[in-house]
Amino acid sequence: MTGPERAKKLMQKALRASQAEQTEVLLVAQDQELTRFANNLIHQNVAETDVTLTIRAVMGKRQGVATTNNLNDEGIARAVEAAREAALRQPEDPDFKGLPGPHAPPSAGVRAFDEEAAAFSPEERAQAVGIVCRKAKEQSLTASGAFRTGTIEYALANSLGTVAYHPTTFADYGVTAMSDDSAGRAEASGWKAADINPEAVGDEALGKAARGRNARKIEPGEYTVVVEPYVTQDLVDMLNFHGVSAQAVQEGRSWMNERIGKPEMSPLISIWDDGHDPAGAPLPFDFEGVPKQRVDIVKHGVIGQPVYDSYTAAKEGKTSTGHAAPIAWGRFGPLAMNMFMAPGDKAVEEMIKSTERGLYITRFWYTRLVHPRDCVITGMTRDGLWLIENGQLADPVKNLRFTQSYVEALAGVEMVGREARLFISEFGPVVRVPALKIKAFTFTGSTV
Amino acid sequence: MDTLSSRALETAKLKGAQYADIRVVHATDQSLSVKNGVVDGLSSSESLGFGVRVLVDGAWGFASSRELTAAEVDKVTDLAVKIAKASALVRGDPVRLGPPVTSRGAYTTPIQIDPFTIPIEDKLALLMQADAAMGRVKPALPHGGASRSGAEGDVRVRSGNMVFIKEHKTFANSEGADTEQTIYEAGAAIGATAVGGPSGEVQRRSYPDAFRQQGTAGWEYVLAMDLPGNAERIATEAVQLLTADPCPSNIVTTVILGSQQLALQIHESCGHPIELDRVFGTEAAFAGTSFLTTEKLNNFRYGSEVVNLTAESVRPTGLGTFGWDDEGVPAGRTPIVREGKFVGYLMSRETAPLLGLTSNGCMRASGWNRIPLIRMTNVSIEPGTWDFDDLIAQTDDGIYMETNRSWSIDDKRYNFQFGTEMGYEIKKGKLGRMLRNCTYTGITPEFWNACDAVCNEKYWTMWGTPNCGKGQPGQIAHTGHGAAPARFRNVKVGVLK
Repeated sequence: MTGPERAKKLMQKALRASQAEQTEVLLVAQDQELTRFANNLIHQNVAETDVTLTIRAVMGKRQGVATTNNLNDEGIARAVEAAREAALRQPEDPDFKGLPGPHAPPSAGVRAFDEEAAAFSPEERAQAVGIVCRKAKEQSLTASGAFRTGTIEYALANSLGTVAYHPTTFADYGVTAMSDDSAGRAEASGWKAADINPEAVGDEALGKAARGRNARKIEPGEYTVVVEPYVTQDLVDMLNFHGVSAQAVQEGRSWMNERIGKPEMSPLISIWDDGHDPAGAPLPFDFEGVPKQRVDIVKHGVIGQPVYDSYTAAKEGKTSTGHAAPIAWGRFGPLAMNMFMAPGDKAVEEMIKSTERGLYITRFWYTRLVHPRDCVITGMTRDGLWLIENGQLADPVKNLRFTQSYVEALAGVEMVGREARLFISEFGPVVRVPALKIKAFTFTGSTV
Repeated sequence: MDTLSSRALETAKLKGAQYADIRVVHATDQSLSVKNGVVDGLSSSESLGFGVRVLVDGAWGFASSRELTAAEVDKVTDLAVKIAKASALVRGDPVRLGPPVTSRGAYTTPIQIDPFTIPIEDKLALLMQADAAMGRVKPALPHGGASRSGAEGDVRVRSGNMVFIKEHKTFANSEGADTEQTIYEAGAAIGATAVGGPSGEVQRRSYPDAFRQQGTAGWEYVLAMDLPGNAERIATEAVQLLTADPCPSNIVTTVILGSQQLALQIHESCGHPIELDRVFGTEAAFAGTSFLTTEKLNNFRYGSEVVNLTAESVRPTGLGTFGWDDEGVPAGRTPIVREGKFVGYLMSRETAPLLGLTSNGCMRASGWNRIPLIRMTNVSIEPGTWDFDDLIAQTDDGIYMETNRSWSIDDKRYNFQFGTEMGYEIKKGKLGRMLRNCTYTGITPEFWNACDAVCNEKYWTMWGTPNCGKGQPGQIAHTGHGAAPARFRNVKVGVLK
């Protein structure tokens, strides 16, 4: 780990070297280890350590960016100058108002660091994955998956006086169990190692693979669905990526356009982002150093507000909600990073029992935007799909393709699970979400 | 071999490794983007580091670091060995790598103009010219119905981007390989997003490709695209799409795919299922497996007789073109499908011997901090015999679709669904009305067996896919796909209500 003092020194070195009118330095330090297994054995096992500095130089209404992991004096100086040069060589952007701040350091009470997760060893991960590999062999199944642990430190300083540092940890374990004609999936993640029960995750995946054998083909069409939190994660992720950003709303390509303030989803649905809530993986400031505000994206079915960074907020004369993405991503636009869907009061068993005919879905795969305004998504079911008949889980069925508006799907939510699961993946924002029962979901194809 | 690399290999050997390799990578890039007449992003990055991969007790370990010092090399090599020993706790048969690899030499991408010597102002000027040309396009004509957005349809977002990459990489292994490569990449694209029209549509047109056209090449590659010369056309098309008729839904018809869309079709439905690691199940938990199981090799009709697919890493400008892969195996060519018959995989040193073969050099890592995985090189369809105009003229009824808008395929690579930015109806051998929201879906071998025409080399383009995800931790690979327009019969079209 880099630690707060060294992080501060590195950022100050960059600030001192800069001749720009304003300068921002973002430090991201990562120590990540990952054990990957397939066919009941470990086949990939890796570790990396990296520290990057991203410099944003501001000259008037112009900004340039440079990133480096070369942290000697020469490397930092080169990046600082490259950022300033980039700013100088472009025309002004009238909408750019300069760096936000200064901001006081965010609440020190927001903690997302666990010593045990930070110190997790390759041997401990091998022991954990060894359990499911052994059990899979005993059940004539194959297990595959990955166990990832490590630390990420975020630090930001700018020439206006903002200084912030936040260390985090993560532990993320996913298992796919397979037979010749079935598969099952389970995942667990958290910022504390104790949030992972490797044996329970393995048993969940193995149980689904065992119960999914001899799947039969069914016709695509409209079905009532009971979906596990893995599916809800995808619903929230896609809504986030394709419209919760103020940039998308300002450009008229968001599902939120013309829906803000209107009851467009089931009253059972509330979705918000809260960068301070330790029930997720909190990060109390954004990648411009702005303290995060809670934003209600959907409240009891009524569409709320998008999230803002300083650039999109200035366009509307507002203040940032603290949702800037890393500037090295370009003008990606703001992004919700620690999202929640309110749990309800139902057990999954109640959802199944109340369904005369429908589908029980473990997760979605390869979901992509088909059309933006209603957030129409296509994708496949994967790793466990069953018919529900007369209030009971019935035959396993072969995977189906869906093409469905996620906004309309959440308008049709009839029940919400009482337990919410946390997902921390390396590929997207953190979400904590429950299982759902959705009245109608449109399936448009099937696979072999 | 530099002293740090030889130190890592020696240290690994002393600590009990049967095999070790080290890659030292220094990557620099520059990225520029413009949106609605202002600079949207202008950044550069530098990343330097090394990764050590070892086989101990027949199991793999890998560790990596940004710090290029002797002490850090010792520490990282020690960690790689420790990790390999942990892997051996849950091990199967010991890993075997086949014949030793002892490649030596140097390779540099042949370029005419080093893109890093071109002033930023010149690059921005090109993007701004294109932006201005898109900005000259008038809003859609008044329409009869009320707009959902309350506004006439117009181009709401004009965008353009460029990316330039230079990666210097050394590779050395404990068998004697010692190579050095410098790979250049250049890429660019422009896009116009129009919003409005009677149904509050959002429509986008891009050029040359939806994400970006990118190749192993220099500044000349971007100049040849003529971004300003194509800007007004795509902006006009984006506005026209707002009021174009929707693609018919749930019909079965003939489809002709433009070469950009066919390139992605190849990537998803051929390139991924021929990755031998997927076939052996080692990507099962994430990317998925493959329907092209080993008994199908030389024994399966993947496509019709006009379908010939090749994987190679030697074709100019391909994003999968290099001197050696990241196991030191030389670049080469592998037939994948010959006259419709499935005949080849993308392989590594570990997987090829399991079929009695040797690696064809497809192991690629996205950087110093990632292990090499089996990745596509340039997986392309060979040109056919058709002239494009003849292909349209000899199609009685169907839809022409071009430029990808959405893509999705199942975890075995059977069921796919693609959407395209734009389509045209084909009636009695002529292109007719423009169509919006085009989609088509199918099952991979059924689809390729329904291919009855591929255009000739005049229409063949090497496309770049610089955003292919795979692996855990995630890796983004840059792959190439040569394609020409092709015709497919009996395709299910349209899924939107």
